[in-house]
Amino acid sequence: MELDMMKKVPVREQDPLVRAKNFEEVCLGYNEEEARSESMRCLNCKNPKCVEGCPVSIDIPGFIAKVKEGDFKEAAAIIAESSALPAVCGRVCPQESQCEGKCIRGIKGESVSIGKLERFVADWARENGVKPEVHAEKKDKKVAVIGSGPSGLTCAGDLAKMGYDVTIFEALHKAGGVLVYGIPEFRLPKDKVVEPEVENVRALGVKIETDVVIGKAVTIDSLFDEEGFDAVYIASGAGLPRFMNIPGEQALGVYSANEFLTRNNLMKAFREDYDTPIARGKKVVVVGGGNVAMDAARTALRLGAEVHVVYRRSEKELPARAEEVHHAKEEGIIFDLLQNPVEILENEDGWVRGIRIIKMELGEPDESGRRSPVEIPGSEYEIECDTVIMSLGTSPNPLISSTTKGLETNRKKCIVANEEDGATSRKGVFAGGDAVSGAATVILAMGAGRAAARGIDRYLS
Amino acid sequence: MFKIISSKMLCENISQIVFEAPRIAKSCEPGQFVIVRSDETAERIPLTISDYDREKKTITITTQIVGQSSMKIASFKEGDAFADVTGPLGQPSEFVNEDIEEVRKRNYLFVGGGLGTAPVYPQIKWCREHGVNFDVVIGTKSKDTLIMEKEFEAVAGEHYFLTTDDGSYKHKGVVTTVMDELIAEGRHYDVCVAIGPMIMMKFAAQTALAAGIHTIVSMNPIMVDGTGMCGACRLMVGGEVKFACVDGPEFDAAKVDFDGAMKRMALYKTEEGRAYLKAKEGDTHKGPYHREA
Repeated sequence: MELDMMKKVPVREQDPLVRAKNFEEVCLGYNEEEARSESMRCLNCKNPKCVEGCPVSIDIPGFIAKVKEGDFKEAAAIIAESSALPAVCGRVCPQESQCEGKCIRGIKGESVSIGKLERFVADWARENGVKPEVHAEKKDKKVAVIGSGPSGLTCAGDLAKMGYDVTIFEALHKAGGVLVYGIPEFRLPKDKVVEPEVENVRALGVKIETDVVIGKAVTIDSLFDEEGFDAVYIASGAGLPRFMNIPGEQALGVYSANEFLTRNNLMKAFREDYDTPIARGKKVVVVGGGNVAMDAARTALRLGAEVHVVYRRSEKELPARAEEVHHAKEEGIIFDLLQNPVEILENEDGWVRGIRIIKMELGEPDESGRRSPVEIPGSEYEIECDTVIMSLGTSPNPLISSTTKGLETNRKKCIVANEEDGATSRKGVFAGGDAVSGAATVILAMGAGRAAARGIDRYLS
Repeated sequence: MFKIISSKMLCENISQIVFEAPRIAKSCEPGQFVIVRSDETAERIPLTISDYDREKKTITITTQIVGQSSMKIASFKEGDAFADVTGPLGQPSEFVNEDIEEVRKRNYLFVGGGLGTAPVYPQIKWCREHGVNFDVVIGTKSKDTLIMEKEFEAVAGEHYFLTTDDGSYKHKGVVTTVMDELIAEGRHYDVCVAIGPMIMMKFAAQTALAAGIHTIVSMNPIMVDGTGMCGACRLMVGGEVKFACVDGPEFDAAKVDFDGAMKRMALYKTEEGRAYLKAKEGDTHKGPYHREA
């Protein structure tokens, strides 16, 4: 294969028209030959910027060098030192703004495809039965981790590697948090990718107890007083979905993106052998422009609907990853940009029959530096639809903060935690991930998990 | 796994199951609910806790068979186990966390209709154990649909008022006729707690509020996760969006938009509604996915 050093080795994808009708993975990943070709593009910088761009500081040139040599097992071992979930991160990290965004190759040409290489190594390791190894001496200290999402799994994995006795408490019936309930199968396969990575964390000695709601069945205080834990890490994730508070939002057929995605991902509504019902709309309007909105839109499309994404700013401001927007467009999602809903219309049975939209234009930049959208008077019109999915972000879940005395929260009701070590206002209680930052990314949550693991280790040593 | 200790039919279509759930039994209070996922492919169904035994580490759920999921739950027998039970969820009844001396000064009126009888039980039991005064009115269609009579007699005695819609047993009439009579007799109530079908709660609340009684109802919308994540259970209370799973399930009846909530539930609860859903959504609507108690 002729290698253009300025360009990434292209990655194979399912044809857009085919994948728009199934839940199989969109991106097929590199094979050995493609991965080794791509690895040749790494300049192995002495002062690697990519590592700075990685929230968990993976030795990127190190693992890529091993891919060059064809020593994939060693490459996996290098990644495992820093990340418990490489097959997940290789798929869902926003590499373009992290490692790849800093890659020197990216100045004149395309950056090295670090994410796809990470994914290749992680998939190779799984397919070849490579398991993480633990050598640490057992420590006589117990740590409770609340939530089995990316932050909790990372923190638990790191602590187990240091020898701590770690138990994760998960509220849902399956471990993985947003990786199982939020991100769809076609971006992140559950049985093939998520489950084995959760198993790898278990293999480090981490216990996972599902169906336990901390703040309800058990409080933070009782974890210390009755169950003998020495430290607690709260990684309970983002919370309650936001709505617009516009007329008609209580109509049947209006979902939060969380509900729509949970029904489909966690409860597997798309599979005939599960009991979960879901409305297969004929025409679906998704309100919002983030990654979750893209996930909801592309899921609705795969369930057979015509899908419109309504977003109040322009394409440039879409908060979703460029790759997700690109994939969504390829699959036939229609983007109605610079538009905002003002009312959801109901039929006489209380079901959604349409949505009333007003057009917007961009005004002066606001505090965030983004130009704020302004309504254009008299531009209202109606879109006929039978389902509306609200994807407007979340506000923090009060279950833990409201039942834990002395746990400081901020104005937005997020738990206040030190960025360096995850320490909160309560002794022995650490926190990180979306519960602290508000809705963010998988990798930032993992970074917080790593930092907290170090903080907890210092606290208990 | 959550091992089933006993499973029995209370009447033709209501089943009651006692099962082991140590963490839930230890911490649950009246007013709270659990989410049951009976097996790997089942839905997550919210069900109110109708009794608990802290020593035996068991809880009791009572469910009406209205569709595939509740039929699946009712088919579980002694020795079987549910795959997943999560809880206790929701806020306990108001009186649980209030100053007990204040609570003892009040007189409570509990009103239960149909399946709503079951979640009233732990509340009156709590009141009896804590020396709180109450009357309880239970309404049901007929003698054949009556549940938990012995349990109520044992806890409430002469404060237990039973009525059947068709008059086939005890008093004839709906719960509000009994409420009217009790109030007309000159009985004074400070707080009314009404649990049952939405339409019953709406009218019971109207009656109680008209008599100047602070009234609480237990809302039972559709739920998925039960921890505040999905927003399926949202309803309007006092003009604000509330989530029944974390803010409720019990709310101040004076602030609840019953008609809005009923509209939201109607399609899932009635046969025409389900037929409508089937026509609308095809075979994907595999069962009613509302909270069944």
